[in-house]
Amino acid sequence: MSLTTPSPSNQPLTNNLSPVGSPKKVSLTDRTLSQSLDKAYVALLFVASLTILVIVFGLFLQLVISAAPSFKAFGFGFFVKDDWDPGRDIYAARPFILSTLYSSLIALLISVPISIGTAIFLSEICPKWLRTPLSFLVELLAAVPSVVYGLWAIFVMIPLLVTYVETPISNVHWLTKLPLFDMPPNGTDMLAAGLVLAIMVTPYITAVSRDILRAIPRSVREGSYALGSTKWEAINLVVLPFARAGITGGVILGLGRALGETMAVTMVCGNGMGVFRLSLFNQCSTMASVIANDLGDASGVHISALIEIGFVLFIVTMLVNTAARLLIFFTAKDIQGGGKKL
Amino acid sequence: MTHSFFRKSTLAVALILTGGLLISGASQAQDLQGAGSTFVNPIMTHWTADYQKETGVSINYQPVGSGAGINDLISKSVDFAGSDAPMNAGQLAAAGAPVLHFPDVIGAVPVVYNVDGVPAGINLTGQAVADIFLGRVTKWNDPEITSTNKGINFPDASIFVVHRSDGSGTTGIFTDFLSRVSPDWHDLVGEGTSIKWPAGLGAKGSAGVAGLMRTHPNSIGYVELSYAVQNVIYYAKISNPKGNFVYPTSDSAAAEAANIKIPADFRTYFTNGPSKDGYPISGFSWLIVYQNSANGDKLKKFINWVLTEGQADTTPLDYAPIPDSVKAKELVALNSLK
Repeated sequence: MSLTTPSPSNQPLTNNLSPVGSPKKVSLTDRTLSQSLDKAYVALLFVASLTILVIVFGLFLQLVISAAPSFKAFGFGFFVKDDWDPGRDIYAARPFILSTLYSSLIALLISVPISIGTAIFLSEICPKWLRTPLSFLVELLAAVPSVVYGLWAIFVMIPLLVTYVETPISNVHWLTKLPLFDMPPNGTDMLAAGLVLAIMVTPYITAVSRDILRAIPRSVREGSYALGSTKWEAINLVVLPFARAGITGGVILGLGRALGETMAVTMVCGNGMGVFRLSLFNQCSTMASVIANDLGDASGVHISALIEIGFVLFIVTMLVNTAARLLIFFTAKDIQGGGKKL
Repeated sequence: MTHSFFRKSTLAVALILTGGLLISGASQAQDLQGAGSTFVNPIMTHWTADYQKETGVSINYQPVGSGAGINDLISKSVDFAGSDAPMNAGQLAAAGAPVLHFPDVIGAVPVVYNVDGVPAGINLTGQAVADIFLGRVTKWNDPEITSTNKGINFPDASIFVVHRSDGSGTTGIFTDFLSRVSPDWHDLVGEGTSIKWPAGLGAKGSAGVAGLMRTHPNSIGYVELSYAVQNVIYYAKISNPKGNFVYPTSDSAAAEAANIKIPADFRTYFTNGPSKDGYPISGFSWLIVYQNSANGDKLKKFINWVLTEGQADTTPLDYAPIPDSVKAKELVALNSLK
């Protein structure tokens, strides 16, 4: 699964059909035909890439237009107040915005070390006979529909989480004084959401990181070993810095999925509509889960408020992506070979 | 090579286009389009199949949720909406033209629970249910619960409250009941198809509620009667205003509706009514149509069929039939549909 591995050369194909290697008997009409076909091909590719722009711009426009009634009614308060009350037609989305970021952060904290570890193992250490089945499993995990993860979480993960993690934590008195654990445990909460997200984004980050690591030329590793590095030194000091930008790209991909993930999170997050709390045992709602829950039964300004949440999600995702790109730009600049990747 | 590729892709495109035309042609062959409540979907599936067998008229019903069904009706993308809540003032205004509400079934909403060692059919007062969902009664051995259940040993365990997180007509009926039995619920929370819950955690759909309750001992929640019966979940007897504790069944839901005062537009809840044997958390589901509809004739025949022959399907599917007094008024109102 090469999710983002860029093609090595994306130079325009226009001039590649030089007559040098072609047979001499090609007639003039044939050549002009193939040249004009070639131009058409390039134009087609250009239009194809343009559709992405049109879709993004159209999406943005549509979100702004449909969210306008909510903008007008609640103004800036929509982003900084806590009250989401369809019964009284009052809407503000701060808890959902914060919960979305928080659950994605938890997911990345758990999944990034696991993913990168797995990727390094797969590309650098794993014996050949194990590599193919393991890689296959990773890709299989990425293809499991999110509702399946949600069902598994409800019936398997949550009971285990309550019995073996949350209840023992709550029985330790000083731990319950921490803001992280200051609520009664019931398994359907921020921690469950973060865990499910972690499990869901791990295969993505793993697959991308593995592809990036495997794309690093053999000579780089060989050079390092030739200088007498141990395996640890070769991986840590040579291979990983080389791949840093690409791996960060994989993490961004995972983050994007975590921010927008809907079904599995809705099934395990508890769907609390109260204020945002740091507690991992808090019943939370993410932006996507609120939309999924409310849209079927909404009317009037309620719909508009939900679309405004969609708009905020759009913006948040863009900001997070931009920030991560900048991070790559600044961290990878000083490493040779890393700066130009992606 | 290039040519054969183009020929193949042209063929593929042609095939896809033809397929698309066939599919869209098939959907246009439906005589009536409906959308809305998931709550009535089981009986609606029976109705549309039987109706097609008897009359040859095909009806496509999409269970997208009551609110979404009403939105589809307003945008005229369907001929009728199925809804467990009547249209509110805002929706009526948005409709722009007169609409008609026809109650088609009555449903009961049982209060379900999963408590170790506690048998089916405990007695709960409406006040106790309201206090549990308000987060005031937090233990199963609270006197508000034990006082009406002599001889049953309740554990000293926290009550785990589960409610629907998605908008739902079931929630509409349930919260209407809570608002009527508890002034505090009325003032602090209110009623509606999606509300700001003061306690507990939300799960999506009846399946989500039941799923959470199965894995969480000492839980309490609410689902539709048919769902509770089919999934063998314990549910409680609820006290009605006459002081009787009543089991939710087709019969007790029908009894609750038997003598209600029905307004001319049929838009009413009737929870916590005065019936002696009635189950107090019961309510209508409605078919909603425009008074002047493009398919007025077909709709008129279908609704007439639902109110007469179709009512036989209600009890076997754990709904209750519309009482005769209401039905008679509906059949009169049906004449104004064009």
